[in-house]
Amino acid sequence: MRVPLSWLREYVDLPGDVTGRDVAEKLIRAGLEVETVEESDLTGPLVVGKVLTYENEPQKNGKTIRWCSLDIGKDEPQWVVCGAHNFEVGDLVVVVLPGAVLPGGFAISARKTYGHVSNGMICSSAELGLGDDGMHGIVVLEPGEGTPGDDAIELLSLRDDVLDIAVTPDRGYCLSIRGVAREAATAYGVELKDPADLTLNGSGANGYPVRVDDAEACSVFVTRTVTGIDAKALSPRWMQKRLLASGMRPISIGVDVANYVMLELGQPIHTYDQARLSGEIVVRRANAGEKLMTLDDQTRELDAEDLLITDDSGPIGVAGVMGGASTEISDATTDVVIEAAHFDPIVIARASRRHKLSSEASRRFEREVDPNLPRYAAQRVADLLAEYAGGTILPDETVVDTHPKPAPVTLRADHAARVAGAVITLDETVRHLTSVGCTVEAAAADAVAAPLAAGVHAPALAEVGATTVGSTHVEGADLLTVTPPSWRPDLRDPNDFAEEAIRLFGFDNVPSVLPAAPGGQGLTVSQRRRRRVATALVGAGLTEVVSYPFTGDADFDAMGVPADDVRRTTVKLVNPISDEEPSMQTTLLATLLRTAERNVGRGANDLAIFQTGLVFLPKAETKPAPLPSVAQRPSDAEIQSLYDALPDQPLHVGVVLTGALTPTGWWGKGRPAGWADAVQIARLIASVVGVEPVVKNVELAPWHPGRCAEFSVEGTVVGHAGELHPKVCQAFGLPARSSAVELDLDALIAAGPESITAHPFSSYPVAKEDVALIVPAEVAAADVQAALAEGAGELLESVRLFDVYTGEQIGEGKKSLAFALRFRAPDRTLKENEVADARQAAVQVTVDRFGAVQRVG
Amino acid sequence: MSGPNTDYDPVEVTPLHAEEVERTRDEALTAFSGAADLAALQEAKTVHLGDKSPIVLANREIGALPPQARKEAGQRIGAARKAINDGFASRLAVLEAEHEERMLDTERVDVTLPWHTPQLGARHPLSLISEQVADVFTALGWDVAEGPEVEAEWLNFDALNFQPDHPARQMQDTFFVEPAGSGKVLRTHTSPVQARSMLTRKPPIYVICPGRVFRTDELDATHTPVFYQVEGLVVDEGITLAHLKGTLDHFVVSMFGEGLEARLRPNFFPFTEPSAEVDLKCFVCRGASVGNPDRPCRTCGSEGWIEWGGCGVVNPRVLQANGIDTDRYSGFAFGMGLERTLMFRNGVEDMRDMVEGDVRFSRQFGMEI
Ligand SMILES: [Zn+2]
Repeated sequence: MRVPLSWLREYVDLPGDVTGRDVAEKLIRAGLEVETVEESDLTGPLVVGKVLTYENEPQKNGKTIRWCSLDIGKDEPQWVVCGAHNFEVGDLVVVVLPGAVLPGGFAISARKTYGHVSNGMICSSAELGLGDDGMHGIVVLEPGEGTPGDDAIELLSLRDDVLDIAVTPDRGYCLSIRGVAREAATAYGVELKDPADLTLNGSGANGYPVRVDDAEACSVFVTRTVTGIDAKALSPRWMQKRLLASGMRPISIGVDVANYVMLELGQPIHTYDQARLSGEIVVRRANAGEKLMTLDDQTRELDAEDLLITDDSGPIGVAGVMGGASTEISDATTDVVIEAAHFDPIVIARASRRHKLSSEASRRFEREVDPNLPRYAAQRVADLLAEYAGGTILPDETVVDTHPKPAPVTLRADHAARVAGAVITLDETVRHLTSVGCTVEAAAADAVAAPLAAGVHAPALAEVGATTVGSTHVEGADLLTVTPPSWRPDLRDPNDFAEEAIRLFGFDNVPSVLPAAPGGQGLTVSQRRRRRVATALVGAGLTEVVSYPFTGDADFDAMGVPADDVRRTTVKLVNPISDEEPSMQTTLLATLLRTAERNVGRGANDLAIFQTGLVFLPKAETKPAPLPSVAQRPSDAEIQSLYDALPDQPLHVGVVLTGALTPTGWWGKGRPAGWADAVQIARLIASVVGVEPVVKNVELAPWHPGRCAEFSVEGTVVGHAGELHPKVCQAFGLPARSSAVELDLDALIAAGPESITAHPFSSYPVAKEDVALIVPAEVAAADVQAALAEGAGELLESVRLFDVYTGEQIGEGKKSLAFALRFRAPDRTLKENEVADARQAAVQVTVDRFGAVQRVG
Repeated sequence: MSGPNTDYDPVEVTPLHAEEVERTRDEALTAFSGAADLAALQEAKTVHLGDKSPIVLANREIGALPPQARKEAGQRIGAARKAINDGFASRLAVLEAEHEERMLDTERVDVTLPWHTPQLGARHPLSLISEQVADVFTALGWDVAEGPEVEAEWLNFDALNFQPDHPARQMQDTFFVEPAGSGKVLRTHTSPVQARSMLTRKPPIYVICPGRVFRTDELDATHTPVFYQVEGLVVDEGITLAHLKGTLDHFVVSMFGEGLEARLRPNFFPFTEPSAEVDLKCFVCRGASVGNPDRPCRTCGSEGWIEWGGCGVVNPRVLQANGIDTDRYSGFAFGMGLERTLMFRNGVEDMRDMVEGDVRFSRQFGMEI
């Protein structure tokens, strides 16, 4: 809502020296979101001039300029060059003189142009900062609007600050100058001159016939009729200027007056050409198949829920959203039917959304308009048409009004103080509530049988006697009965009134008190371990990145994920940012590889990045989530079904390594990051959370089929690590032999220990034994190691693989694995034969299980 | 070590003269101090302290002396021997020190050279700041609450008093989950975690909820469809707006420094009533830039205050929908965008830097913000 300060001043007696910024500051403190204050940078001299003479002078560039002499109230005429032609001798125009600065910082000086010295220029509406008035030329004042030499800045209120206010949904009344003026009047503690305080001269009957079929959706419908207007009359300049300053273009007197009254009072107005109406106006819901061509020349299919304005010809408007083209007023219109109505906010909001049509009218109706306004607004439109378009107002008037009167609400007199935690006296509370327009009456506590109402749904006073509410009645607590004003339908609950009282009391005057929470337990085990994983990865040289969780077929294709892979079954969005990425990621790598691609594209060849994030795994059976009532807590079953309807969303960690892990340098040759680094990072993550995973070779996209490690814990797969498939590297533009990890961090952490129990360790000497085993090449080292550990028994302290050898000496299809075993007993020094027996037992398991042969020498 | 020489004929032994002993001592000391290196010192040791050295020989003769002469000779020779041993030890210490110094000197390196083990990586600053926020509140005894990102529409909106056709619900630019009408959305704020907290915990509830949220904005310098928020919720007996202010003031000081404070401006949110915007006193100029063109402040645009987030007293309708007894309990809630916080707190100028995953962005922070 754009609010010119000059317009505001008409209804609020603001101190003369306050600026737009001052007013903005006050309104902000009162809870209006003033987004910007446009301050005019215009400085004079800017004067009214009368055209004395002009000469048309055609130029070589095809233009014709006018060389004009102007009376600007001095002895000598002022000579200027003008490019516009929409004026005649004797017209009053606005002349900017050398030394002035026009809006936008355009400094004016005498300058040579088209062979003359132009001492200033004649101004257009846009040049004066009034916006494009559609005149395609300079501003021509009405005869008598001023005299030559008058200060045009003052005359036209050119130096006006404009406040731009973002109106929150609860403050629909502030979508009008009237509403903002009310706030400004309260903020400055001055009287409001209510522009709706008009004399009604309608008879209340015999107006244009109207029938409302849906009183729920349309509770008020008022019409007035003005006959014999000159539709071609120009709107007065002050009105045009205010429309322009408010961001609307003047169009014609009929349209302008309707818009002006909407801005002034907040009541959307529709005008009909009476000659184009046929029969009774009926307000009803649409029938299937009905269509309407709206004012924007679009034919719209109507929905059965749409509330329509119709006549005998069918639909002539979507109520509260946009009128139809067939009954629109035009230059030929003489008799105008004015509609001012009240529509249900939800009906309008839905229609506006359905037709993707947000109009000035619908924005206001959605936020609910003062239901008392229609008669006054229709009167105001009629008055303005009579005055500026020469019409005659008929006393006949249609008034349909079934709108309920605002219900009084009873609340504890100290409720505002209790919500604020501040000392707000009863007098203050009453004063503040009164100033927002409420009617406040004190109600003696003992006059009311039932207690009330720090909470919800304070019942109307009339109901109180019959209703038992809660049990927190405070003996002798004073009560207030508050009736909200017609323009504040948002004031329903005790807290709504508390807010009004507290904001006017001043949020700044509320004390600051840190509440004492009961003792907490710090981070959860999972939260702690996630942090440690991140810290460990950073210690290992990885950099954390974030990326969007959106993915699509292109990512799965690039990753080589097969068509029937479960990862392609995704949670999809109805309205994704990009149609190519309609899915929520089922694997972190889909998006992490894109991030790697972007970094490599920006020249980072050696990359070690990680990310943690949720993946979204649809359940086998997808059910819609219910929408239980908000009148009380949903049942446990309802809550469970809310949770059950959602996809599984475990937290994953992903890693991508590209290029060199160690660069080549003065120490020697560098080392590329490879599959083993990826697997090691996965092991690192597992060990940070205290889990010892089982690792085995598997084939899985996007990894290299021979270089992918599967990690599992207690038989459950928790992720994979290894080198990426060459095609995947290529598809994502990554260096060859890039590698990646993805682990289900939630599952890993869940498998970790609750806490660690310390074990004593032996101070007896260690016995070291090395063993080299020749096994078939396809046997996994981890399995051999596990077999050794199993066979070695309790005396084994550790086993570590330290060499892998393949070559002629051991034969085709075989490999030699060398392990270092350490034995130790808790209570004695081991004897040689004990160690030898344990070693032999360890080897025997590998012999039995894999046909291992000890390599000697 | 030499034992008594049994072959020795004590009768032939001439008692040692004092001058002789002193000369032997002085010769030894001169030889040691003249030794230029450890090898020369070792040689001199053999000569002056070895088995055949005069002092050792003289020592052996003591036994052959008449008893009345033994004591004096023993003392004299013992003293000389000690002097020679000390002389050797001190010279040895000097030469060894010199040797070590020379050796260490030759091992001098350029410690500014780089090494090949991986450099420290970096956390993303959004993670760091959400952890810092969590730490501020866990220190107050609050819990860190979390929830899913694909969320039930009821928890994201209805439970928070966003009615189906209310403009506030439309303002949120929601991503809806297929099929249309599934009742599922990408959460538009972290507030459903508050609803979950109320549904699953019993008051008193003190929770802080950092998390990723989604709105259908196009990415530009100040907007992103995926961003991070942190919200706090308290539900307890007697909770007031004053408690909200106290908490926010504490939060501001924890994140931006001593002496700063929060300011509330009335606003509208369906979740809270009364509702307010939270401004924080500019931590750079502390208000000194206001109306002072000589000292403009980029951080607050010379406004003295920085818009930070939204807050309010929890609307009793929200408590009711989540099963909290409104006669007994009241609450407050607040929420901020973490990207925005980083933008003004750490001078990040472009939202895109935070979401594109360029490692250079994270690396400039390392492990700290
Ligand atoms: Zn500042």
